[in-house]
Amino acid sequence: MPINYYIFLAMALFSIGVIGVLTRRNAIIIFMCIELMLNAVNLLLVAFSKMHHGAAVAADAASQVGVDGQLFVFFIMVVAAAEVSVGLAIIVMMYRNVHSVDINFLNRLKN
Amino acid sequence: MGITQILFWVLSAVALISAIMVLLSKNPVHSVLWLIMVFFAISGHYILLNAQFLAIVNLIVYAGAIMVLFLFVIMLMNLNTTTEPQKNLWLKLTGAVAGGCFMMMFVSLVRQAGDMQAKTAQVTDGNIGLIKNLGKALFSDYVVPFEISSVLFLSAMVGAVVIGKKA
Amino acid sequence: MNNVLHFAWLVPFFPLLGFLVNGLGRNKLSKSAVGVVGCGAVLLSFLVSVWIFLQVKGGNTYVAEYFPFINSADFKIPFAFQIDQLSSLFLLIITGIGFLIHLYSTAYMHEENSAHFARFFAYLNLFVFSMLLLVMGANYVVMFIGWEGVGLCSYLLIGYWFGNDAYNYAAKKAFVMNRIGDLGFLLAIFWMLAKLGTVSYGAVFSQAAELTTADATIIAILLFVGAMGKSAQIPLYTWLPDAMAGPTPVSALIHAATMVTAGIYMIARSNVLYSLSEVAQHLVAIVGLATALFAATIAIKQNDIKKVLAYSTVSQLGYMFLGLGVGAYTGAVFHVMTHAFFKALLFLGAGSVIHAMHHEQDIRKMGGLKKKLPITHLTFLLGCIAIAGMPPFSGFFSKDEILAAAYAHNPIYWGLGVAGAAMTAFYMFRLYATTFFGEFRGTHEQEHHVHESPSAMTIPLMVLALLSVVGGFIGIPEVFAKDAHALHHFLSPVLVTEQAHTMEHSTEYMLMGISVAIAAIAILYAINKFSKKPELGEPAGLGNVLANKWYVDELYDAVVVKPLHGLSVVLKNVVERSGIDGLVNGTGKLVHYGSRQLRLLQSGQVGAYLLAMILSIVVFMLVWFNDGTIMNLLNKIVK
Repeated sequence: MPINYYIFLAMALFSIGVIGVLTRRNAIIIFMCIELMLNAVNLLLVAFSKMHHGAAVAADAASQVGVDGQLFVFFIMVVAAAEVSVGLAIIVMMYRNVHSVDINFLNRLKN
Repeated sequence: MGITQILFWVLSAVALISAIMVLLSKNPVHSVLWLIMVFFAISGHYILLNAQFLAIVNLIVYAGAIMVLFLFVIMLMNLNTTTEPQKNLWLKLTGAVAGGCFMMMFVSLVRQAGDMQAKTAQVTDGNIGLIKNLGKALFSDYVVPFEISSVLFLSAMVGAVVIGKKA
Repeated sequence: MNNVLHFAWLVPFFPLLGFLVNGLGRNKLSKSAVGVVGCGAVLLSFLVSVWIFLQVKGGNTYVAEYFPFINSADFKIPFAFQIDQLSSLFLLIITGIGFLIHLYSTAYMHEENSAHFARFFAYLNLFVFSMLLLVMGANYVVMFIGWEGVGLCSYLLIGYWFGNDAYNYAAKKAFVMNRIGDLGFLLAIFWMLAKLGTVSYGAVFSQAAELTTADATIIAILLFVGAMGKSAQIPLYTWLPDAMAGPTPVSALIHAATMVTAGIYMIARSNVLYSLSEVAQHLVAIVGLATALFAATIAIKQNDIKKVLAYSTVSQLGYMFLGLGVGAYTGAVFHVMTHAFFKALLFLGAGSVIHAMHHEQDIRKMGGLKKKLPITHLTFLLGCIAIAGMPPFSGFFSKDEILAAAYAHNPIYWGLGVAGAAMTAFYMFRLYATTFFGEFRGTHEQEHHVHESPSAMTIPLMVLALLSVVGGFIGIPEVFAKDAHALHHFLSPVLVTEQAHTMEHSTEYMLMGISVAIAAIAILYAINKFSKKPELGEPAGLGNVLANKWYVDELYDAVVVKPLHGLSVVLKNVVERSGIDGLVNGTGKLVHYGSRQLRLLQSGQVGAYLLAMILSIVVFMLVWFNDGTIMNLLNKIVK
């Protein structure tokens, strides 16, 4: 598949995530949109990994080029999982304090 | 158009539509379910790219564990009713336009990059996505980051517990 | 004879020490201690000066180099003293007369409280120190240090009674006028450095011949501008009469005997440069002559005893410059010396009168003081005769030498000089007659209190009177006795050879006779006119113009001060207030306003931040990858 297709798909998903972050007020939905963006990046990483691998294999059948890209995805998933656990804990905290998950209430830093 | 192309387009369409539905759903629970659909579609793409390990991890970790966590929190806080206050229309429009511009920018940049046009990603072929190969690399070259990520997990867990305990 | 070099620094050192002791200890020292320190310092330096004088009498000159003052690559200015005949003569005048005036001041200033008394003596000592530095410096920079110090002390002493605004204005005026002149001096030094690369007298004078006439003229004229300020010549003379605001001993010390002669000293010292430039010499002579006449006319109608003496000083300084201008350097220096004697005498005598009259300075309110102040009267009379140029008093010899040189140069100079001399005789005896003859015109109370001054004041008067009488005999002209001009011989090593007098003896006798006769007629006329019937009313016509000093102050006011003041007002009200202030306050307001607006951006709304972030990324990309393709693409989409 042409790499462009993957790029455009990832762009579209990422931008949808961005639009979601910008337009929604529910902290959980915003969080989910962030996950969406992470996944768009993951997809792109895998696609690039395969692109480089394809190019390298043509020269050397035993080439391992591209492994690192997929491992990056793996680590992103690790970090995302950790992030979600902490993030959701924060959202729960916030809900306990203000009885809402509306990010407009998250303006306490202002003062 | 072979089976691969058809699958690619179908999966892409599912991913995009589901992603849009994540935004449009009023009910957070529906959003979560649509997001899981996106993850399934992306996992499909992974399989198409012969990255089997990641496809499975994506399903298990994301669609399984993380999304369940989301659902759990939503249910816990009883947010499944559509109580979310809406942003005003102008802000929404601004957000959408900004995001659109953002996408436009990237798309045009990619179209502009000449050497990307002829490149292709290897599909249904190649073995680097197999567990055997990834595992070798992970436990030899990437063993230190792997161990550090375990520390990250530990601290995230401690953090979540501490935050959750604070009344 | 290295002894001279070892001890020369003591001359300025003692007054400096006196200044420090009196200045720092002014709250602790008693008046008598202050007086002893102040007078003692000057007396010691007088003794050293006498010793130095004896060393250089034989014709030796020394340059004592103490330490490098400015040392930068090839450019070296040492802190050095020039010990030669000219400077030693000035040292004697400064320290000798300075000592007498210090002594006089101990009595005159006795009414001041002890802190102010000490302050006065500290200033006087500092003044003497500066003046000595000025005279002893072996290069123009050291001279300039003294020059500035003298200006500063003059400011401090004129404004000594700083409670009075008018005195402060007088002090300021003196300072500003001096500064104008100082600028000329400074420019002359710079020009000298640029053209010769040195400011030491020896080097400058030996290389002076290499200068082009234009350069020599410019340096000479710029130096003369400096001298104009310090020595109160047209057009910078107006500060000197106003400087009479200071205590009378200050007037005697600064504005008669020493400071104003600094300009004469400088030009006499630079005689080599002046002899290279005929233009500068003519300028000096003409300005001097004009000042002499101009000031003399003003003096005729002044009623303040000190003002008359002040204008007389300006006039006499004009004579000295005339002498310098016509090349009679010895004559000018000679006149400096004799003038120092009799003008100090007259000022101190006036001070004695003022003291007796309880600070009354208007001669219209005096009169008949002859009996009440016998010593003051007698010494004052001797001073008047000396300044009028009657033989064989000192003023006769010095003035006559200048006039003779002027005649040799240009008979018109001589004619105008004699006219000035006649006026001098006239106004001095007008002053004398009005003050000492006739009926007492003061208040009854004043009459009761009039008394002769204490001996600390009369002794200096007597000493100065003696000097005024006999001081002229060191410069007996050749016509009376061959080779009798001791001063001429004494100064010959440092002054360029003067144009020889080619006059017949008969001509010279005739010139002397005419000037003495005219002066004598003026004296008799003045005594006759004013002893019985002094002019008490307000002057009219030309007299009024003279009494108002030719309206020069008003002219300066209109030409210089008013426009400057107007400009300052405009600058202050318009440029400063709406321009500069507007700019400064505007900047503040703009920042304030801007921050108020910017503050709103910090809404605390996470959504807003995110939006800003995304938009920034878009803009960043547009700018970063801006090679037209994006716009083309957008155009295509729009179409």
